[in-house]
Amino acid sequence: MEIKVDEKTCTGCSLCKKVCLYDAIEIVNGIAVINENCVFCGACIEVCKFNSIEITGLAEEKKDFSDYSGVCVYLEASGSIITDVGFELISEGRKLADRLGVELSAVAVGSSIKESAVEAFRYGLDKLYLVESPVFSNNLDDIFSKALVQILTRHKPEIFLAGATWFGRTLIPKVAAIMKTGLTADCTGLDIDSERKILLQTRPTFGGNILATIITRNARPQMATVRPHVMEKKIITGNISDYEGKIEYIKIDDSKFKTKYKLLGVDKELDGKINITDYDVIVSGGRGLGGSEKFLILKELADLLGGVVGASRAAVDSGWISYPHQVGQTGKTVNPKIYIACGISGAIQHLAGMQTSDIIIAINKDPGAPIFKAANYGIEGDLFEIIPMLIKKVKNGKPLV
Amino acid sequence: MIKIKIVVCVKQVPGTTEIKIDPDTNTLIREGVENIINPFDCYAVEEAVRIKERFEGESVEAVAITMGPPQSVEILKEAISVGVDNAVLLSDRAFAGADTWATAATLARAINKIEDCRLIILGKQTLDGDTGQVGPELAQKMNIPFIGYVSSILEIDKNKMKVKRLMEDRYETFEVNLPAAISVVKDINVPRVPSLRGKMKAKNAEIPVWDAQKLEADENEVGLSGSYTQVVKIFTPQIKHETIKIEGTTGEQVEHLYKVLKELNVI
Repeated sequence: MEIKVDEKTCTGCSLCKKVCLYDAIEIVNGIAVINENCVFCGACIEVCKFNSIEITGLAEEKKDFSDYSGVCVYLEASGSIITDVGFELISEGRKLADRLGVELSAVAVGSSIKESAVEAFRYGLDKLYLVESPVFSNNLDDIFSKALVQILTRHKPEIFLAGATWFGRTLIPKVAAIMKTGLTADCTGLDIDSERKILLQTRPTFGGNILATIITRNARPQMATVRPHVMEKKIITGNISDYEGKIEYIKIDDSKFKTKYKLLGVDKELDGKINITDYDVIVSGGRGLGGSEKFLILKELADLLGGVVGASRAAVDSGWISYPHQVGQTGKTVNPKIYIACGISGAIQHLAGMQTSDIIIAINKDPGAPIFKAANYGIEGDLFEIIPMLIKKVKNGKPLV
Repeated sequence: MIKIKIVVCVKQVPGTTEIKIDPDTNTLIREGVENIINPFDCYAVEEAVRIKERFEGESVEAVAITMGPPQSVEILKEAISVGVDNAVLLSDRAFAGADTWATAATLARAINKIEDCRLIILGKQTLDGDTGQVGPELAQKMNIPFIGYVSSILEIDKNKMKVKRLMEDRYETFEVNLPAAISVVKDINVPRVPSLRGKMKAKNAEIPVWDAQKLEADENEVGLSGSYTQVVKIFTPQIKHETIKIEGTTGEQVEHLYKVLKELNVI
């Protein structure tokens, strides 16, 4: 396998050198030369106006995958409740299955999860594989991966989707490793190549600076994790009373599901709202807040808007708020409907964690703060005047219940 | 005395803070981007050194490992400068273009050659790929437990450890037998800066380079050829919106903002 530059068509324009993130291209005597730093990412091939660069010698896929069919979604549970990302993926999986003309199935693993899992039928699910046992009362990736592998091996879906939650991001790579297939992390877009009937998996890399579309070229199922809140969940039927015939109860032998982990304890923070990825509204504070007590006004606004408090790294590193609230590259990636950035300058590492929010509102004293470029609405001003006034307005403007 | 080793996996990445997009061609401008050690790996390196220090006087060795082009040796020297004992560079043209699976498979081959490895530590993800998949895939390939997002190693001895990990909405405490692999988050420590002595040691360190032959890996098992996934297109996201400036007196700004929030149905 090698990457080649066609010397006849290369003009030495150096566009490829500019886009190479790995310092792997030099222009020598008017021709692009690719050196050993190359990681075959393909950015140069994409940008070349003369189609002069190609990767050769890659074995063509000749495998027959005709025994793999259908789209399957993993419904992750938290306790006995299926988390929203599962339903979001059912809605997305429905579209993909329709494009391919195949069945949409889902697999749920847990303890007492049936009541919540059957909700998936509202979103267009055809078939549910239900694995219920007390051994699955805690999310432990070794036994969960074993259960998922059993179902995937038996039912052979061509596509398998799961939420890119922190549990999913640990569990699903294990499943992919056992299945010996590819896995694309944190997709923000999925599509079907209608000609080849394969899954096109688009994901941000380099902190969201670039998007890459990835295919699983020589193995099945094609597996992808998708960030919560990226796909929209859409109820398509209100009546799900006839679901019983669409459920396959998977019986497992509990004694074969022995975990290697000893879970000693689970602590939730006193303020339960640390799962910031779960909320539609995030009111986030940065260096401009100036102290931990100042976060209380953000919390008041967040509570009024049914949201949660986030923070920039600067605020967390200053000790004003705990790490689970941190948004950004070293913290969490969030996709709320509304992100209100207060006193956050908008370093690229912060933007990487929130720039896919539907609506971004920035409040900052500094008109030159980069956050304004990412924002849909920019307010130049003092957040300590604006937020309390807004809180007052929201409280007064609310109809009495 | 039983000798044990802690392997810390690191990666050289382009520092993304410098990456800009050329507004005319809508392509990335790489100029001035320096290669750095993946920032998340600094916490992994520091933790490996701290564990070594916990076993004071006993024979514990920290080994840094990376897969990448020859210039990646620099980050291994960086790891040595802050207290890692030894390092191994996995470098071969055949390794290039590896997806997370091929990377995990190559690392697993190399780590299997390092005797007495009891613990593998990784950063939670890399700055360039952002996947966080190599850790769990590596652990699965080696058939050892993996605990992601570790924020504290509460106890560790040669046979087991007790760790606390961060999930979205909670902390979980686990006990697990060794060997095992973990990925660590920023909360776990504050990485030290190298001492002068450390820098000297790094400068003089001889770092072995292992290629595909040394790993007894077939060309089809590594790099792009050994990958299940392949990038077919790379593009820059389109910035769709204009920023609407909310101006006026503070009172007017608040009125306007209130209206915006009302339209968005949150109040």
